[in-house]
Amino acid sequence: MIQLLAFYLFAALVVASGLLVILARNPVHSVLWLILAFFNAAGLMILIGAEFIAMLLVIVYVGAVAVLFLFVVMMLDIDFATLRAGLVKNFPLGLSIALILLAELVLGLGANSAGVLHLGVADGNAAPLAGAPNIEAIGAVLYSRYLFLFEAAGVVLLVAMIGAIVLTHRERGGIKPQNISKQVARRPEEATVNTQPEVGKGVSL
Amino acid sequence: MSVAHLIKSFTLWEFVKAHALTLKYFFKEKATVNYPYEKNPLSPRFRGEHALRRYPNGEERCIACKLCEAICPAQAITIEAEPRDDGSRRTTRYDIDMTKCIFCGFCQEACPVDAVVEGPNFEYATETREELLYDKAKLLANGDKWERAIAANLEADAPYR
Amino acid sequence: MTAFFQSLGLPFEAAWLIATIAGILLIALPLMLSVAMVIYVDRKIWAAMALRRGPNVVGPLGLLQSFADGLKVFLQETIVPTAANKGIFLIGPIVTFTVTLLAWAVVPFNSGAILADINVGLLYVLAISSLGVYGTIMAGWASNSKYPFFSAMRASAQMISYEVSIGFILLCVVLWADSFNLGTIVEAQKGHVFGILNGFGFNPLLFPMWVLFLISGLAETQRAPFDLTEAESELVAGYQTEYSSMSFALFWLGEYGNVLLMCALNATLFWGGYLPPLDWAPLYVVPGIIWFLLKTAFFFFVFSWVKATVPRYRYDQLMRLGWKVFLPMSLLFVFMVSGYLMLTRYGA
Repeated sequence: MIQLLAFYLFAALVVASGLLVILARNPVHSVLWLILAFFNAAGLMILIGAEFIAMLLVIVYVGAVAVLFLFVVMMLDIDFATLRAGLVKNFPLGLSIALILLAELVLGLGANSAGVLHLGVADGNAAPLAGAPNIEAIGAVLYSRYLFLFEAAGVVLLVAMIGAIVLTHRERGGIKPQNISKQVARRPEEATVNTQPEVGKGVSL
Repeated sequence: MSVAHLIKSFTLWEFVKAHALTLKYFFKEKATVNYPYEKNPLSPRFRGEHALRRYPNGEERCIACKLCEAICPAQAITIEAEPRDDGSRRTTRYDIDMTKCIFCGFCQEACPVDAVVEGPNFEYATETREELLYDKAKLLANGDKWERAIAANLEADAPYR
Repeated sequence: MTAFFQSLGLPFEAAWLIATIAGILLIALPLMLSVAMVIYVDRKIWAAMALRRGPNVVGPLGLLQSFADGLKVFLQETIVPTAANKGIFLIGPIVTFTVTLLAWAVVPFNSGAILADINVGLLYVLAISSLGVYGTIMAGWASNSKYPFFSAMRASAQMISYEVSIGFILLCVVLWADSFNLGTIVEAQKGHVFGILNGFGFNPLLFPMWVLFLISGLAETQRAPFDLTEAESELVAGYQTEYSSMSFALFWLGEYGNVLLMCALNATLFWGGYLPPLDWAPLYVVPGIIWFLLKTAFFFFVFSWVKATVPRYRYDQLMRLGWKVFLPMSLLFVFMVSGYLMLTRYGA
């Protein structure tokens, strides 16, 4: 009963906030609705017993990705009137994409109900370690069966990161950056000298 | 960079030393007075809340010469005067805007009859701004309330004038 | 607690609902009370280290100061600036406050005394603390004012940066405890060093991680010396600048609730939580919750102590510390801890 209520609450909120992402006039509001959608999706994940995925969804998407989204959107001064101007022109394209997606969805559901596809069910029986918490279950597949793919994905991400840095980094001449470790390492006795200059002679620097 | 320095920076030695110092002060006797229950002595020349004084027979001192109004650099004082029934010149209105006053003490210096003085009271915070616009009645009441302290202060300061 | 309500003759679902609500109230109400007291204690400690007396008028020794402040704030008018984005402006402090309360659900107060004994407890704490930044960002943006906006930008960059190294530090603890559940982590610390010392903090390999965690915790809760989001010399009051009345008070409650949570996490993850510091039978006579509260109070003292001692960091120094010092250090320690465990626990 409680699970059913929670499911319909989360599901309704995901759909509603997903709709509001598109409908909100203010881009910042859109991002905030998107965050609410992520958060409720995490709730749905918990309901099917995938608490690890739910936490990752919140930590990665809500905690990091959406913050950066929000960052960019807040900084940009987006004029929505100009963006909407192309609506009539792009409407057929958008509609056709939506129709294709709908057709795929209907096909997939039809195939599943006709018994063509064999999908796993959410009772945990498909998991390699029955009864174990799903962090352990995921770990057990990730680090044994899919180890190569997992590490390859890591390398791809590393390459992407280095690529982004290489593309955006440029050497600039003529700047004097701070070398903090050098500044911190400097002792008073290296930096100052006590002298007793004679009158009229001055000191040499 | 010497080894000793390396060890120092990795053990956060300077932070540890700083925290030891603040911990020492944590247990030390406090330097401030326990204010509302304990107060610092005030100089007889302390310039606090204003008051209008009276003669011992109850006659108000102010003769409406308006010297204080003239000298006030913040223009906080407003005076209106008329002859009283017995023919003596008195104020009908004597207002001090305490929100304008800068407590320079010029009014008290200018007064030929020691009528307006700045008393020793400095605890007259109010909840509203309007309460700080003092009128003659309030100033006279202040004078009655603080007369003893004010008289003692004036006497203590008299030899140096 | 569900079992208790069921024994009163209630059906399971009703019993569960009542037990959960009772548990939430049992945590939230004392938490609010302790936040009020902790604000007073913070002011007192800070004052004492500056050779001042601190609040001393309201109630005996000024103990009721926070309640007087709370009453004052409660009676004030809530001002919403005309140029502000009204809805988000009002939701901002509510988010901050709610998120603070949420994280307390997985903190073990005593053996078995956890509201939500879930097996991803630590991940839940991380997830919730990453939500905390939204209150600040929303407040800063919705105020439609320059200083709050700068402050929100600073807050989000700061929290994201330090969450990365906190993640790696917590990984060391998780590796050693072999669980994400906070209760299990505490139990894993029993007799951890030489069989007598309870706490990962006594372990020479994890002690440096605790130091990093403490400092990252200061940055994560925006306490001095990392309180750049409300650096009054530059940003007036940061994201709180446009706030008044209860919405302002909610920020304060949320902020100190977060500080208390960080103290409780320090106690739970590194210093044995509800276990006594020594694994010695007579010490177990004292109830676990007393040990837990004592440890939390001690770490709160440390937080105030740091605030009274060190000056504020510059923003670039803060970023440098997070990315160039803490991140490599914590990565190195994840490597070392997992290597050590690989050799000792699972055989070569």
